[in-house]
Amino acid sequence: MALLEVSNLSKIFGGVRAVQNVSFAVEAGIVYSVIGPNGAGKTTLFNLITGIYTPSEGQIRLDGRDIAGVAPHELARFGMARTFQNLQVCMNMTALENVMVGAHLRLDRNLFKGALRLPGIARRDALLRAEAAELMRLVGLEAFIDAHADAMPYGALKRLEIARALAAKPRVLFLDEPAAGLNPTETSEVDSLIRKVADSGVTVVLVEHDMKMVMNISDQILVLDYGKKLAEGTAAEVRRNPDVIAAYLGTHQ
Amino acid sequence: MFRSQFFGLIVLAVILVVLPFVLPNNFYLDLAIRMLINACIVLGLNLLIGFAGQISLGHAGFVGIGAYASAVLTTHYSWSPLGAMLAGALAAGVLAALVARPIFKLKGHYLAMATLGLGIIISIIVRNEAALTGGPDGMPVAALALFSFEISGEKQWYWVVSGILLFSLWASLNLIDSPFGRALRALHGSEVAAQVVGVDVAKYKLAIFVLSAVFASLMGSVTAHYVGFVTPNVADFFHSIELVTMVVIGGMASIYGSVIGAVLLTALPQALAGFEGWETVVFGSILMFCMIFMPKGLVPTLAAKFGRR
Repeated sequence: MALLEVSNLSKIFGGVRAVQNVSFAVEAGIVYSVIGPNGAGKTTLFNLITGIYTPSEGQIRLDGRDIAGVAPHELARFGMARTFQNLQVCMNMTALENVMVGAHLRLDRNLFKGALRLPGIARRDALLRAEAAELMRLVGLEAFIDAHADAMPYGALKRLEIARALAAKPRVLFLDEPAAGLNPTETSEVDSLIRKVADSGVTVVLVEHDMKMVMNISDQILVLDYGKKLAEGTAAEVRRNPDVIAAYLGTHQ
Repeated sequence: MFRSQFFGLIVLAVILVVLPFVLPNNFYLDLAIRMLINACIVLGLNLLIGFAGQISLGHAGFVGIGAYASAVLTTHYSWSPLGAMLAGALAAGVLAALVARPIFKLKGHYLAMATLGLGIIISIIVRNEAALTGGPDGMPVAALALFSFEISGEKQWYWVVSGILLFSLWASLNLIDSPFGRALRALHGSEVAAQVVGVDVAKYKLAIFVLSAVFASLMGSVTAHYVGFVTPNVADFFHSIELVTMVVIGGMASIYGSVIGAVLLTALPQALAGFEGWETVVFGSILMFCMIFMPKGLVPTLAAKFGRR
């Protein structure tokens, strides 16, 4: 059974069918990319799967459990983590604290124990600090371990979101355009980071515009156009698909 | 970063110990006690406004609940002061929990309006239930006796309130640096980011609202027993605004800012008494200039200036 199964998923905003009848399955341990022209419904699809939006129709199954319409904080319990296309970094906190928040569900969140700083809490926090610093090194942010989030450049914040998502120790990680706005060096760093994450056994679902990156690292690719599924397959298959070529380059009359 | 914050706690403790021996008379000691009580309430409110990012324009309502629970239950029903204080705190907590779910679906101005309404309702009830509360005239409150020990005189009150403030500061510093506190600050920074890492945003807003309401109520009881008299002013809109102003002037999301804000705004009207008739104008101008030149509040602005965050 696939880790993630989406069947006949639709989302309607007023008169706009942002996602129409999309079905696909993601096997555990692979890098699965969703591509498509601007406005194809990629981010909407992400928001549906990660609980930000409620689907108008269709099922989403994670490990066979129906998760359509389940709140995002519940989904985190099932091992789902994500990053955002438009940054969602907590600018009122340090970089390290942003990563530490990612581990929320793995900690004792009791208010009173926290206020009294019981030894258990203090010990766990010290461990977490080290763990978060390690994650920041993993994503290439060792220079920012002591930085405040609002003092970091855009490219670093993108990777900070990835570190935060990884701190949750997810089974499936959704990355919404992790390379958008990055320069070629940074893009190739993110590229190898995603590969590292996938190799560690985390399933990665990716929305990305950088075709070189997508073709490089994806095991499977889903192509959306106008909210509909246009094609699905390996990089080589998708690249040859005439419908995909038409959607991206236009048809030759 | 937090090491240096605990250092501040020690500095404050030293100041609090030395202060009664330096102050010339009981007038100043009384002023200091009022500052410390306000600092406690403002600290609780700052956790809600500054750290969790949720405004409350009705917080004096909860202070009023505590003050009047202590006054009414000890006077009319001969409860023990401690029992009355706890009953008030429970009532404030239950009320906060009941309204939290619907209220915190709102954001920004709408949330401000809803909490404003809540505060005004409490204030109206206190003003109109004259048979119990004495109405606009207020009512006297017995001295605070805990078991057989009675707290009386400015000196004793000063030490009690100092102790409460130091403990609350220590607990707040711990809290904001704990998993609970980080979740709270995260939902302020980005609600959706907090959600996707598993923070039940509604639950956390409720928890911090209830905590700050209960704390406000407890300090309301303390105020009532200390002053020995309560009037509806304790629960009214202007008191709510005063508390929020203290949070903002001291510095949102600044633990020590809460103390500084409360100290300055409690002292300022006294210090300006010499302006005779113009004190309100001067007071307002000072607030205005503070906000124009230090929009982040005193403590965060000064901390940034001297290279510490």
